[in-house]
Amino acid sequence: MELFLQQVFNGIMFGSTYAIVALGLTLVMGILNIPNFAHGHLYMLGGYITYFFMSNIGIGYWGALLLSVIVLGLIGAVMERIVYRPLSDGPHINAFIAAIGALLFLESLALVVWGPQGLRIANPYPQIFNVMGITVGLQRLIVIVGAAALIVLLHLFLKKTLMGTTIEAVAQNREGAMLNGINVNRVSAITFFISSATAAVAASFLSPIFMLSPAMGAILGMKAFIIVILGGMGSIPGAILGGYILGLIEALGGGYISAEYKDVFAFGALIVILSIKPTGIFGKREG
Amino acid sequence: MLSVKYLTKRFSGLTAVQDLSFEVAQGQILAIIGPNGAGKSTAFNLITGTLPPTSGKVFIDDQDITAMKPYRIVTKGVARTFQTTSLFDQLRVIDNLMIAYKWRTRLGFWNTLLHTPKWKAFQTEAFLRAMEVLEFLGLADKAEHFIPTLSQEEQKRLAIGIAIVSKPRLLLLDEPTGGLIHEETDRITQLIHRIRDEHGITVIIIEHKMQMIMGMADRIVVLNFGKKIAEGTPEEIKTNPAVIEAYLGGEANA
Amino acid sequence: MFTKPIHTKILYLVLLVAALLLPFYVPDRYLFQIVIMSILFAIATASMNLIIGYTGQASLAHGAFFGIGAYGVAIMTKAGLSFWLALPLSAVITAFAGLLIGALSLRTRGHYFAIVTLCFGVILWIVAGNWIELTGGHNGIFGIARPSPISIPFLGQIEFNSQTAQFYLALAFLLLTLFALNRIVYSILGLTFMAVRNNEPLADAVGINTFATKLLSFVVSNFIAGLAGGIYASIIGAVGPSAASHMVTFNFLIYLILGGIATLPGAVIGAFAIPIIMEFMQFLGDYRMLIFGLLLVVVIIYFPQGFVGGLRVLNQKIAVWRQSKSTEAGHVKR
Repeated sequence: MELFLQQVFNGIMFGSTYAIVALGLTLVMGILNIPNFAHGHLYMLGGYITYFFMSNIGIGYWGALLLSVIVLGLIGAVMERIVYRPLSDGPHINAFIAAIGALLFLESLALVVWGPQGLRIANPYPQIFNVMGITVGLQRLIVIVGAAALIVLLHLFLKKTLMGTTIEAVAQNREGAMLNGINVNRVSAITFFISSATAAVAASFLSPIFMLSPAMGAILGMKAFIIVILGGMGSIPGAILGGYILGLIEALGGGYISAEYKDVFAFGALIVILSIKPTGIFGKREG
Repeated sequence: MLSVKYLTKRFSGLTAVQDLSFEVAQGQILAIIGPNGAGKSTAFNLITGTLPPTSGKVFIDDQDITAMKPYRIVTKGVARTFQTTSLFDQLRVIDNLMIAYKWRTRLGFWNTLLHTPKWKAFQTEAFLRAMEVLEFLGLADKAEHFIPTLSQEEQKRLAIGIAIVSKPRLLLLDEPTGGLIHEETDRITQLIHRIRDEHGITVIIIEHKMQMIMGMADRIVVLNFGKKIAEGTPEEIKTNPAVIEAYLGGEANA
Repeated sequence: MFTKPIHTKILYLVLLVAALLLPFYVPDRYLFQIVIMSILFAIATASMNLIIGYTGQASLAHGAFFGIGAYGVAIMTKAGLSFWLALPLSAVITAFAGLLIGALSLRTRGHYFAIVTLCFGVILWIVAGNWIELTGGHNGIFGIARPSPISIPFLGQIEFNSQTAQFYLALAFLLLTLFALNRIVYSILGLTFMAVRNNEPLADAVGINTFATKLLSFVVSNFIAGLAGGIYASIIGAVGPSAASHMVTFNFLIYLILGGIATLPGAVIGAFAIPIIMEFMQFLGDYRMLIFGLLLVVVIIYFPQGFVGGLRVLNQKIAVWRQSKSTEAGHVKR
């Protein structure tokens, strides 16, 4: 029973991360219909930026996290402007290639600046509790709580603020929004900012627990993609639900069935679901 | 030869077509008219398999073709054009026609790879048939041109050509003269007459231009809000009070 | 109907002669190896062109099929089978895998298809890295035998231990592949693929079974990829999961796009030019991928047609210009 609860706890923790990362990605894909395949690498960079602020500049954890959010957000907005916007009218495969270029660039940037070895951010909350027989690391708990808080914040932003509702409007109907005088380009830039910012939060939460490495974003990026597709591009509930479900499936599957093949569950699930419903679970948009 | 029985299409909340029934005899020209949004194009989509009907049936010569996939319905001799001119615009004029003829041949992977004599024969057959249709359309000199160089009317002619190249028995034309001026409309009208007169192809045409319809159709079916409100010869339709009311003097005088 | 201008034919002839004579003027073993690898990548990239470029379906599993071919030959030759039997068998297995995966995934479109194929690819990669009994896990399989010698009556034996022999073997398969693809593309069958890419609803409406067409293109592409992978395994001598990874797919994709998508020469040019450019960029050390990533973004934004594609578009624009000049009705365009 303890094993089960432990796996559930871990699953929720990973799921929280997946949910935030997928959420950022689904916003971007819903608005721009462009696969930001470099999202996982932005996540990776976010972790390194937090490390930079903590280790090189000496700022505390939460301050570094905040700065990282801002910096990565700006990087995301820049990327939207110089990489994706010129390609928004062309065939999607071109945007995909550009994303590959961007991700190669980001990965080698991390490699050049910080080197290939894994780095660790000092864990600001290393305390461990024992609750009902399961080991609960405080940092892990913070991941779960922090992610939930972020999701609520984003929800409020999207539903209650002018910019937020504008973003949703553009995500639903880009042409209609343009006809109504909405500056779609500005909305795209801001969406990318938010998307990257949330990735930075996720990375900063997770990096004290797991090591940073230049390749850490690749598989996560693909999983985020899967969650977004399964949940329906542009569907925030889909991304959040998908994230938590994936985290749980992986933790339980990894714990009970096989640890090495844990990643297969994500990819396998996608294939099964898309075979049955080719536009995803909540799928409303044609790819 | 075409028999449509109680064809109904419901989308969530909206009934686009309701209990539509009509028949077309071999060699006739039938026109389907009605105000915008009456369900005319939807009816075409239901007949050609592009949309599966919620209920009802479609028969070609007593063969039930209801909800067959479009590419299979084509092999039963049904061909169509689209309201917005649909062409293979990355390819040349003659390519468009050869592609549309392909299903009549048995060109496949192996005979293509091995360039068998059969392959040569089929390629030649397709090419000759394509040129024949281009002659008929008056586009023979444009065979190797790419689509963007064609005028709007030429593109619409080509779209009709794509539909007839595989020698269909029934041709469904969705607003074949949309957006064309008077002389161009006349040219297309003549083309359609020739298709029926010289090749015996049955034609169903959706159109808004009343003068053209009155002069061309043997029978007319009038739709409004997805329902058939009248059917008959042009004379009967012209004086039908329900029809006049549906149009409210708008396009009825066009 | 599909004839090429004479100057293109002469160019190809010159290139062919240059290729045949290459072992005599290639400067060193290292460059020779790069050339041989490029030939194999060109085979794989050209076949990727069939499904992505000509049929318009963004399959991102190509690297995985290359890997299946490689592992197939590796496993079978280690089990004692002759290379010459293992290679076609391996390619057939790859094609069959393509059939299964295609049947499952070709109902999806656009992004979804790309992601599903990517997932299949990643799953295969993970399995390759973990199924130790079959694939040797992360270490892979090594000590794969070179292709066994062929006896030719009166001339003796052809051995495949030398780079020169391997080069001609790879070149032979490349020429065969290009020949086959040329036949497929320049025919009504090829037009059918392009029809599906250009306007799938219209293709459906003119009697083309679009699902079967896509599946055919997919399976043929994967067969050829498997072939390339199989030869790769035997020449390199070792395969690991990296031979089936998504990075392989991305590499092929880059070669294809930069060389010129939907052009037969484009795949070949890309597969040669990019690795050679990468080699020359070695002096940049770790900054190599940094610059490459940047270059990739710049090129795709400003030269999306790739090299050959750009040339073709130029030609087409000239042809269109000429044609509209010769049409009287050309003035009345709406």
